[in-house]
Amino acid sequence: MFRVFCYYSMSVIKVQNISKHFGSLKAVDDLSFEVQAGQVFGFLGQNGSGKSTTIRMLLSLIHPTSGQIEIFGKRIEKDREAILEQVGAIIERPDLYPYLSAREHLELFAKVRKQKIGEADINATLEKVGLAHRAKDKVQTFSLGMKQRLGIGIALVHNPSLIILDEPTNGLDPQGIADIRQLIQYLAKEEGKTVLVSSHLLSEIEQVAHQILIIHQGKKMVEGVTKELLDPEKRIVQIKTSDDANALKVIVGGSFSNYLLSRSEGIYLKIPTREIPLLNESLVNAEVALLGIETKNSLEDYFLQITSNA
Amino acid sequence: MWSLIKVELYKIFSRPRTYIAFGAIAALIVVIQLGLKIDGDSYASFLMKDINDTLTVDGKVLNGYLICYILLQLLLVHVPLLVALIAADMISGEANLGTLRLLFTTPYSRTRWVLAKFIAASIYTILLLIWLAFLALFVSMWIFGTDDLFLMKSNYVVLIEQNDVLWRYVGAFVFASFALLTVTSLGFLLSSLSSNSIGPIVGTMSAIVFFTILSTLNIPLFTLVKPYLFTTHMNNWKEFFDIQVNANNEAITGSILNIPKIKTSLVVLTLHIILFVSASIIIIKKKDILS
Repeated sequence: MFRVFCYYSMSVIKVQNISKHFGSLKAVDDLSFEVQAGQVFGFLGQNGSGKSTTIRMLLSLIHPTSGQIEIFGKRIEKDREAILEQVGAIIERPDLYPYLSAREHLELFAKVRKQKIGEADINATLEKVGLAHRAKDKVQTFSLGMKQRLGIGIALVHNPSLIILDEPTNGLDPQGIADIRQLIQYLAKEEGKTVLVSSHLLSEIEQVAHQILIIHQGKKMVEGVTKELLDPEKRIVQIKTSDDANALKVIVGGSFSNYLLSRSEGIYLKIPTREIPLLNESLVNAEVALLGIETKNSLEDYFLQITSNA
Repeated sequence: MWSLIKVELYKIFSRPRTYIAFGAIAALIVVIQLGLKIDGDSYASFLMKDINDTLTVDGKVLNGYLICYILLQLLLVHVPLLVALIAADMISGEANLGTLRLLFTTPYSRTRWVLAKFIAASIYTILLLIWLAFLALFVSMWIFGTDDLFLMKSNYVVLIEQNDVLWRYVGAFVFASFALLTVTSLGFLLSSLSSNSIGPIVGTMSAIVFFTILSTLNIPLFTLVKPYLFTTHMNNWKEFFDIQVNANNEAITGSILNIPKIKTSLVVLTLHIILFVSASIIIIKKKDILS
């Protein structure tokens, strides 16, 4: 069967204003983002920030309260089966059947795919996730890390175009984390797959992701290209002004709009040091007093601040 | 769809728990057969004590057919509890394990998965019934031999010629399969409401006990609802062993006394199955998979 892997310059995932409310709790609040084809998209947030709820909505496990999700240009609620045929996913914990072996798991999930998946594909998947030597062992004898690898194997066995990995390094030792990182890079670079990977650790994501989205309490805090967000030439600053609304007008309307990181919990900019005086001048011209500038040393500091204090 | 059913059957028969029911039925039947083999004559005398003065019965009363009837009377009340062990775990067990989300992210609708799970649970139930039939009927026929079936009812006796018995058992087992599938579908419905297995298993057993009590109580208030309770109809397999008589009070071979009663029961049980499974599908389709 001919499969199209390359969706160059096409949004594989397009999320528009999705929200999910559980009673009075807003687990996800008006979230929008896009994931481009062939990209590794890092989805960051603290535990309980709404990452898994968002991923479950992408996989139609949870019905959004409002908003729209398109994957491969199709609406998830209308073309669920066609979309999921090309998606492989692990969600949170690697929950598996304790009484089945690793091979049996892959064989079972191969059976529920429409394309033919043979013995060779299953062996290749076991090799890929490093479980070939334990293929016949029951899952109840596996460590958490091995279960995590098998979960990834299940997500990959049908050779999907889009891979969604929710906290894939949970429970893995440093070598296991490095292996998963390598696997994600291989899948994107060598096989042209689109990967959405979530984590609560920036350090895990920044090494593999082309694009990063940080959410907190269900809201988008910052989104950007990883290289730019981590650019050492630019500093992350939080500015405090006498009039935030007007300050934002100056920033968005002027030449500083590309530097704006977040406006929902204070004004954060990722700005070259040399341009800070220019920003100050523009604000003064607009009769906005700059009350303070707080510099963050890294994206990690910024991430920690917005996710712990916001 | 068939591939989903195969997956579900594979999972059912890979679990040690599945075989508890088969083992329990075998153990119970063997113990009863052994007891009757050793001390069956005194049991038969006890059964016949009220009619020994008025009737002389020739032949082998305690034959394989009667043993099977006794076994069915005893076991068909308890088998639903064994069925509930698997049926009530089909969805809630996966929700508890966290594997439900693995299934529901495959390219098949939730409706198909629910139906596949129900069909797989039904196949398990039917296999359990076939196992019961094999041990209770064929092994009893082998151990105790065959003869006419002599049954003591509440205020009359029924004598069915041996060549008129086997098809009645086939009918009784087919009927029993509808009764047990109703239990399967009830367990399945409760399973769709919960994220752990214990609640639905206990819930199914409690529902059977509760409705059985309502079905057997002769209180006018309950008489109104009795015809609509599945438990009222579950034991009507016995109707296959009530026979019509002619003007000379002679049994009519191949006849059943009350066919409409069997038909009504089958309709009520089938409607319950459809209702329970449909409700399960609706619940699962609407449910957010959070576990």
